[in-house]
Amino acid sequence: MRHTALTGLLLASSVLGSASLAAAETTLTIESWRNDDLSIWQDKLIPAFEKQHPDIKVVFSPSAPPEYNAALNAKLDAGSAGDLITCRPFDASLELFNKGKLADLTSLPGMENFSDVAKAAWSTDDGSKTFCVPMASVIHGFIYNKAAFEELGLKVPTTREEFFAVLDKIKEDGNYIPMAMGTKDLWEAATMGYQNIGPNYWKGEEGRKALIAGEQKLTDEPWVAPFEELAKWKPYLGDGFEAQSYPDSQNLFTLGRAAIYPAGSWEIAPFRAQIGDSFEMGAFPPPVEKAGDKCYISDHTDIGMGLNAASKNADAAKTFLTWVASPEFANIYANALPGFFSLAKTPVEMEDPLAQEFVSWRDKCASTIRSTYQILSRGTPNLENETWVKSANVINGTETPQQAAEELQKGLASWYEPQKK
Amino acid sequence: MAGKKPIRWHIAVFLAPAVLIYTAIMILPLFGTLELSLFHSSPDGRTFVGLDNFRTLFGDPRWAASFWNALANNTWFFIIHMLVQNPVGILLAALLSHPKLRFRAFYRTAIFVPTILSFVIVGFVWKLILSPLWGVAPSLLDLFGLKALFSPWLGKEEYALTALGLVSVWQFVGIPMMLIYAALLSIPDEIIEAAEIDGITGVAQFWKIKLRLILPSIGIISILTFVGNFNAFDLIYSAQGALAGPNFSTDILGTFLYRTFFGFQLQIGDPNMGATIASMMFFIILVGVCLYLFAIQRRLRRYQF
Repeated sequence: MRHTALTGLLLASSVLGSASLAAAETTLTIESWRNDDLSIWQDKLIPAFEKQHPDIKVVFSPSAPPEYNAALNAKLDAGSAGDLITCRPFDASLELFNKGKLADLTSLPGMENFSDVAKAAWSTDDGSKTFCVPMASVIHGFIYNKAAFEELGLKVPTTREEFFAVLDKIKEDGNYIPMAMGTKDLWEAATMGYQNIGPNYWKGEEGRKALIAGEQKLTDEPWVAPFEELAKWKPYLGDGFEAQSYPDSQNLFTLGRAAIYPAGSWEIAPFRAQIGDSFEMGAFPPPVEKAGDKCYISDHTDIGMGLNAASKNADAAKTFLTWVASPEFANIYANALPGFFSLAKTPVEMEDPLAQEFVSWRDKCASTIRSTYQILSRGTPNLENETWVKSANVINGTETPQQAAEELQKGLASWYEPQKK
Repeated sequence: MAGKKPIRWHIAVFLAPAVLIYTAIMILPLFGTLELSLFHSSPDGRTFVGLDNFRTLFGDPRWAASFWNALANNTWFFIIHMLVQNPVGILLAALLSHPKLRFRAFYRTAIFVPTILSFVIVGFVWKLILSPLWGVAPSLLDLFGLKALFSPWLGKEEYALTALGLVSVWQFVGIPMMLIYAALLSIPDEIIEAAEIDGITGVAQFWKIKLRLILPSIGIISILTFVGNFNAFDLIYSAQGALAGPNFSTDILGTFLYRTFFGFQLQIGDPNMGATIASMMFFIILVGVCLYLFAIQRRLRRYQF
């Protein structure tokens, strides 16, 4: 059977892993899904920490994002996971804490640097215990190619009407693909599509909380309307977008072949590296219905760091986590990874203009987190995963917005009490 | 000294390594899986629930829909292999065994090489070939003015599974080819000569003489294909991911098992339901193999040369 083979592999890797731990000083291993950040950890963050704590060595050991949760769970069960665990927000980490895999960090020195909102993603439902140090949030919006906009004489859209007018013009001109997004990897459609434009419809936290409380349903207008807008995106996507993967979309935009990219702020650093000097990037928040409407953005608490409860180096790990909670870390991290915005109370100066643009929306728009992450993805079928599939279906045109919403609601109501009425 | 025969220790000694290793890495985990499927895990511990997990799998409309969808897709995946891979393999073997063929060793190697490639490489390479943006397929078709025939196959519900089935055929066609090739070579020359004296040559000779003689090999290949396909996972996972998109149209039992057992993204893994699916896979393969052994294998006529 396949899983036994996998478990065996993991066991084998744990034996090899522990053999290398025989060095004199304490070595801490960080589990993470951010394999893009490997060089930043190795060149900037870890040296900065090791300078202050020469007796502690830190190793950053990431795995691929889609496999991370499964691999981490298996490693934790087998006892071979690293000392420090990069925490996914909400239930994935809460489950680990409830199972005793993550240590309680409520009283960790440095935790006072974060607001309750920032800690919410890694606290128990009643907020009494916190188990991960918040590291960063990511903001959704649209990144656009400034050169293309200038060439076609386009203005940055603020309302939906303007947004579609801009898309029409780019399509008419024919030189650029209006929008770089594919549906093959599914999550692009949900994360960059549905969760990006959705908060303007369901009014951010108001709608999200009403859904959790059971006062709104996924078949209500504010939850179906984003699907209706997504269905209208189809003609503006590139040829064969159904088989276009996430890296394909990134490349289309960075090579200058597409004008607009529905984005998460985490793209800023890799995009800069790819694009170099070939064109300037700009960004705009999801357009609202009428000019002057209140805007809502997805400002998703995305990444934190916790302590493996079974770690043999708990003291050293706590020293490290206190450093992660410090302004020094926030400063290095936010500037090394523009687009991952610090959650600390003290504001961090950022040099990247695009990152500044994204973070400036926090002042004029209301922030919310992705609707499916807290509580609503606890059961089977899993609302987040279902939303991936349905969003892709809606854009592909294989399902109507109404059908998609009804199926999501049926799935959620099948296990979530407040939605059963 | 007309006493007992001496105990033949060497039999046990020679069998031991295989039996021990096979027991440790196959038989014990298999029973472990079957056992796991009879329990339910909760934070308070494990409780014995009998066949409840199987009842959920077949009774709950969502679980049942996913399971039947995966089984149907898996069956189609198998049918593609039976209809394309094995006939093509036999054809290639027949061509290879033609006495006048030159560069035989080269063809044999070239066709067999994909079989030893990793699934990850195959999945990745074909994803690139079929990519609507950078792929070879659209530009090649364009050369012949057939660009209109191209479509993003891996992204369309109607084509994705068939496309992946054919990729898998491309990868594994070397195996039936080699087995049949070996079987064809082992046909004694006297039989062929006798056929020729009787005036049976060329294509007729293949259909009337050779094909009958290689039927047992074809049977073995069919059952290997069956077991391989119903255990398949890697290619779909590396090409389409664990959600086997679009809209679960490429979901086969292996990916369904993986998603359930290990969880995916926000979905937490459920080892008990996972083991239930794994057990079902085991039973399906067991039934398939038994059917073959008892219904087909026994009726095949074998010839001793």
